[in-house]
Amino acid sequence: MNLHEFQAKHLFSQFGIAIPQGYVASSAAEAQDASDKLGGSLWVVKAQVHAGGRGKAGGVKIAKSRDEVGQHTEAMLGTSLVTHQTDDNGLPINSVMVEQGLNIERELYLGALVDRGSKRVVFMASAAGGMDIEEVAANEPEKILTVQVNPVAGLQPYQCRQIGFGLGLDKKQIGKLTQIMNGLYNLFVEKDLSLIEINPLIATAEGDLLALDAKINVDDNAIEVGRHKDIADMRDTSQEDETEVRAAEHGLNYITLDGNIGCMVNGAGLAMATMDTIKLHGGNPANFLDVGGGTTKERVTEAFKIILSSESVEGILVNIFGGIVRCDMIAEGIIEAVKDVGVDVPVVVRLEGTNVEKGKELLEKSGLELTAADDLTDAAKKVVAAVGAA
Amino acid sequence: MSILVDKNTKVIVQGFTGNQGTFHAEQCLAYGTKVVGGVTPGRGGEKHLDLPVFNTCKDAVKATGANASMIYVPAGFAADAILEAAEAGIKVIACITEGIPVLDMLKVKAALDYYGATLIGPNCPGVITPGQCKIGIMPGHIHKSGSIGIVSRSGTLTYEAVKQTTDIGLGQSTCVGIGGDPIQGMNFIDVLEQFEADRQTKGIVMVGEIGGTAEEEAAEFIQSNVRKPVVAYIAGVTAPPGKRMGHAGAIISGGKGTAKDKFAALDKAGVATVRSPAEIGAQVHEFFAG
Repeated sequence: MNLHEFQAKHLFSQFGIAIPQGYVASSAAEAQDASDKLGGSLWVVKAQVHAGGRGKAGGVKIAKSRDEVGQHTEAMLGTSLVTHQTDDNGLPINSVMVEQGLNIERELYLGALVDRGSKRVVFMASAAGGMDIEEVAANEPEKILTVQVNPVAGLQPYQCRQIGFGLGLDKKQIGKLTQIMNGLYNLFVEKDLSLIEINPLIATAEGDLLALDAKINVDDNAIEVGRHKDIADMRDTSQEDETEVRAAEHGLNYITLDGNIGCMVNGAGLAMATMDTIKLHGGNPANFLDVGGGTTKERVTEAFKIILSSESVEGILVNIFGGIVRCDMIAEGIIEAVKDVGVDVPVVVRLEGTNVEKGKELLEKSGLELTAADDLTDAAKKVVAAVGAA
Repeated sequence: MSILVDKNTKVIVQGFTGNQGTFHAEQCLAYGTKVVGGVTPGRGGEKHLDLPVFNTCKDAVKATGANASMIYVPAGFAADAILEAAEAGIKVIACITEGIPVLDMLKVKAALDYYGATLIGPNCPGVITPGQCKIGIMPGHIHKSGSIGIVSRSGTLTYEAVKQTTDIGLGQSTCVGIGGDPIQGMNFIDVLEQFEADRQTKGIVMVGEIGGTAEEEAAEFIQSNVRKPVVAYIAGVTAPPGKRMGHAGAIISGGKGTAKDKFAALDKAGVATVRSPAEIGAQVHEFFAG
């Protein structure tokens, strides 16, 4: 789960991580009030969306007067921002952040994430702040400094010094960096985060280190098990794919893709393999959908409805390998869904595993126009042919 | 032979009296697994499925001599359950639970080394040595005792590989589901090493998926350490970057962890890769037919 910049900065301030003064606003009047409270003569208006690359996309504007703060806010609110990290529709701007303009001397990068290889929380830093860090990592990996935190010992001062000296900071700045890194580590482990990024972390002419931007990704599993109610409340579904949100409410793993063959599969690995096999035989999958191990008839019905709600779907492939999931239960779900919503596209069904004969019998007796397949290859070929002919 | 578990393995169930624990304990018992009891805090002294229930793993191990555990404890409490089993001296711990917070696993992983316990999973189907011992949620009836070792990050794809190796008559020595999480217990290399040393295992099927670099590391290991034929499939060629494909660990991030890279690494290591899971059986058959 992603947080907005203003939410991330709220957490930063709770954990003693220095941030510029600023306020969130959802109208031009609120934004102007914010600039009044901040004072000074230079402000920054920043669109609040769950995507990076806002600056280049016109989502960060400098304002030199109270009027300009209002104008920029007015121009952003209610529109969608398209950045290199979003799709062509972009993400809706429902609020902005108004911050004080600052005397930026240096732009640095500081981030923390769970590293799968070392099985540690790893801090990454670079003097090339403000840039696309993935590009830096790919082209000039030597410019990225990393330290791994032992989960038993926690973050140590020498690790902060190592990063600080590596970034070319002076002694006073290293003290401030250490405070920021300690705050980040505490925030990371206390709130079950999977990623924090500060890009850029700025050094001001006055000698301060401040988090100018803030990106936080929270481990969904931690929210799912009921931890961190405060963070769960920060979720903004307007920034997420509507169908994916609806699927998640029914305990389904669904991801929209750009093809025309809908897929319903049990198991994440098999769901990916089904998409791959469709592609291998010349088709294009419209979605990833895992109905899960402990699925129910109702969930299967809902899954079918979600697939059919997409206008681009011209055919459907159901691929079930029943382990815990019984094929007859899946068959009942399909029959109910087809009867409920009506299906005008070809459906190919491949059932295997527990109670497969019972499942096949139910589908045959239903009188519905379904194409049975013997194995995954057969199923993929049949659905690709059916869509091609349609 | 076989690896990890056999007919002498004594299993306890953590989360024994819950729905999942009950259902799968019954299935494992029906398969012939020596399930000797289970743990549900606060229900110690009761009987469940005609077996003793204990308050703690320590009590269970002391009373039954159990040396393996399967965990069906809810995600928020599973890390605690894994460490309790390890502390009690259990050597093979299969954690079926899906959705454990990643930072919990990070701590578990650091602590497990101290106990010398082997963790399988989490977020996995478990481990089975056909005809001898089933620990987990896999459908027992598709397995057949035989010569192919199977290791996989995905549950249902394991079943595909199992069914196909059963259909061609070779069967399986042991099947290990290492799970779909980013931080897990046994990894590919741990399992490959044991298969290589196991006399019953004549060939290996490895099923990977996008995310992380475990398959690339396994490829390097195979090249220098595995003499037995290996067939591999990687799921997720069509997966878009930046999206979590069901499994917490199945995500391409920062351009890393693509199926293409993994296939390339395995091809380079001399592994026989297949582009569709439906071809696993045929490829294995080819190795042993001639």
